[in-house]
Amino acid sequence: MMADDEILTQLSIFVNNEPGRLAAVAGILKECGVNMKACNLAESNEFGILRAIVDDPDDAYERIKSKGLIVRKTDIVGISIDNVPGSLFEAADVLGKAGINIDYGYAYASKDREGLFIRVDDPMKAAEVLKSAGIDIIRRSEI
Amino acid sequence: MGYRNEEIETMPREELQRMQLSLLQRQVRTMYDASAVFRGRMDEAGLTPDDITGFEEFRKVPFMSKADLRDFYPDHLFVKPYEELVRVHVSSGTTGLATVVGYTKKDLEDWSECLARGMVSFGMSDKDMLQNFHGYGLFTGGLGVHYGAERIGATVLPIGTGNTDRQIRMMLDLPVTAVAGTPSYMFHIADVCESRGIDMRRDTKVRLAIAGGEPWSDSMRRKLQDRTGMRVHNCYGASELYGPCFLECREQCGAHVWADYCYMEILDRDGNPCADGEEGEMVVTMLQKEAFPLIRYRIGDVTSLTWERCACGRTHPRMGRITGRADDMLIVRGVNVFPSQIESVIGEFAFLSPFYHITLTNEDYMDEMVVSIEVEERHLTDDMIRMAEMKRQVEDRLKSVLNIKTAVKLELPGALARYEGKAQHVTDNRSYE
Repeated sequence: MMADDEILTQLSIFVNNEPGRLAAVAGILKECGVNMKACNLAESNEFGILRAIVDDPDDAYERIKSKGLIVRKTDIVGISIDNVPGSLFEAADVLGKAGINIDYGYAYASKDREGLFIRVDDPMKAAEVLKSAGIDIIRRSEI
Repeated sequence: MGYRNEEIETMPREELQRMQLSLLQRQVRTMYDASAVFRGRMDEAGLTPDDITGFEEFRKVPFMSKADLRDFYPDHLFVKPYEELVRVHVSSGTTGLATVVGYTKKDLEDWSECLARGMVSFGMSDKDMLQNFHGYGLFTGGLGVHYGAERIGATVLPIGTGNTDRQIRMMLDLPVTAVAGTPSYMFHIADVCESRGIDMRRDTKVRLAIAGGEPWSDSMRRKLQDRTGMRVHNCYGASELYGPCFLECREQCGAHVWADYCYMEILDRDGNPCADGEEGEMVVTMLQKEAFPLIRYRIGDVTSLTWERCACGRTHPRMGRITGRADDMLIVRGVNVFPSQIESVIGEFAFLSPFYHITLTNEDYMDEMVVSIEVEERHLTDDMIRMAEMKRQVEDRLKSVLNIKTAVKLELPGALARYEGKAQHVTDNRSYE
């Protein structure tokens, strides 16, 4: 399997902190026909960021951008998590011991698998470390 | 309640104005002879001192402004050598540069006399003890009020700014009858006293106050008086005058602008004199200043002036409250802030765009300033920690340039309003009710 299949592309859409802005952004995503597999809303005093894993992120990126929204692509890693106690610990422990810092993460669930998308300083290294510890990662083709 | 100098303070208006005109003529002559800058401007306007035969002719004399203080920084507008100067004060910056003011011995005496008259006019005397909250040092407030109070024989407690615990301890332990400082600090003292069950009426002898150095209002005065039992008198001044200068008398209906020390013009937008009591831009000429005389100085404050006879018996005109600025200067926590200073800080950071907006609010009369700035799109990051770091860098830099704490809010590109004409950079939501 090619390595770049192991790195996922997240779209980060910047949203002004004011009532109704998320609805406006969600409306644009709908117009663009973008389907979100997972998402996370981060807010600060400054502005919000809608982080999303979508079908065909490169195409979605262009469509969203053409609507005048500010959007960034960010590399992230998906960790497959078994539905049993301790599986998050196992993955986090492996990364921690390898000196990989997790900036943020959010959960993902589909019909047949559960997981966690994480943003780390070195996604390639994180994917390698997880694989060599025997932890499944979620590949681009599997979402 | 007596006068400090009854003859002058109750002199009929016509005589006062005659005196003003002759002092104006003398001051123009002195400056013309002593200052190449001023002489050059008079020449350009085709004027000589002999042309100043009346107030109307005086209005042809070119203005001086804060830009002159900047251009001739630090002391190129002084017309006395340092041997004759006994003090120099330095005020907080105008557009980044401080204002340096020199004083001869007579200047200090005249300054003290302005304040001494004002203090007597609201009932202070040698029986009073004044606790001076104003900062001592380069700022004119501390030493100005100090010398004025000493001049009438009052006892001065030169405690200076801050350390509220100690301020209150002194008020409780010593026979302090009067205080001087900013109104917002007086509210703070009142808050702390209340929170500790201290009743200023019952537990202290403080009855009089001199408040100034920042914008405030009559409704703030009523609240402050109700809460503390003090009679609070407004004070107006600026380092370009001498420092704090003019005080309200016991009638509390505007500060008396001593006509033998100051010729105050109030002008409309076209530079024509406003009617008595009408608001306009203040232009000042100090009539007796020796070391650093400014002629027709556009200080930037907007106010009114009336010669209507005051119930106290004094004939000198009274100025209204400062209701605004003729330029874009902001006064935040008593510190002068120019939007151009903020613009220059923004320009130092590659990740900031030039679009910004300043929002001012106040809570319990304590000012808060938030500067919203758009981030350059290519520097936007999904990394909130990095964004927080960017914000902190700008806040630190603003604090060191402006000397006051400033909150920064980073905005997305395009988030701030765009203006076709002159940008509206400031929203002032401060309330002085």
